Amino acid sequence: MFASHNFRSPLGRAQGLGTAKEGLHHWWAQRLTALALIPLTVWFVAAVVGLVGSGFEEFVAWLSAPCNATAMILFLGVSFHHAQLGLQVVVEDYVGHHGWRIGTIIVVKFMCYGLAALGIVSSLIVSFGV
Amino acid sequence: MTQTAKPADRPLSPHLQVYRLPLAAWLSITHRITGVGLTGGMLLLTSWIVSAAYGGESYAAFSAFVGSPLGYLLLAGFSTALFYHLCNGIRHLFWDAGLNLEIVETRRANMVVIAGTVALTALSWLLALA
Repeated sequence: MFASHNFRSPLGRAQGLGTAKEGLHHWWAQRLTALALIPLTVWFVAAVVGLVGSGFEEFVAWLSAPCNATAMILFLGVSFHHAQLGLQVVVEDYVGHHGWRIGTIIVVKFMCYGLAALGIVSSLIVSFGV
Repeated sequence: MTQTAKPADRPLSPHLQVYRLPLAAWLSITHRITGVGLTGGMLLLTSWIVSAAYGGESYAAFSAFVGSPLGYLLLAGFSTALFYHLCNGIRHLFWDAGLNLEIVETRRANMVVIAGTVALTALSWLLALA
């Protein structure tokens, strides 16, 4: 097995064996979305507490306010991004089979960003008038 | 025969079956479990906005579901998981910054996270139902 590699230089053999350099971006994105979600979560809880018992018209009026629509869209987008990054780590830790791991991560990505798009589009529809 | 067949009386690395997890480890796995669960909570939030985008009738149907016993159970789980993940997530950001890593500080933060989760969950339900 090693005999066929003997003609390659030590440098040639070592190159390409390091990290793919993509781990740092994942790590940093997870922290940055976490940081953004601290104020967004406080806003979200306060908003939901204030909306308890409100009917359809009240909810539409509330989501039509530019600041509320913006915060809701940010909360949806950042939350689903954060969820995708976190679920990916869980899958990488617990799904052993390589094919299943890649497949599950792809499904998780599609679902998270699909749901984010659905939530954001729906927010805009409500904001601009149902 | 040499003596290698005799069971070695060597110290064993801690692993999940023999190691009584410290509280910080339980809080760590809870962070991951609540993170996965919160994705379900995001599904609930998305359904709420989508129901409004489809009009008053579907919004009323969603409101009726959330007002049911199952809906309250889901909201209780969503809110508790959200506040836990928020509090423990802030602790994780401190750890990432290299802070609060001493055992004494970690034990103190355990209590802050648990107390914060209980207090914030209780406060928001009191305000919501008041």
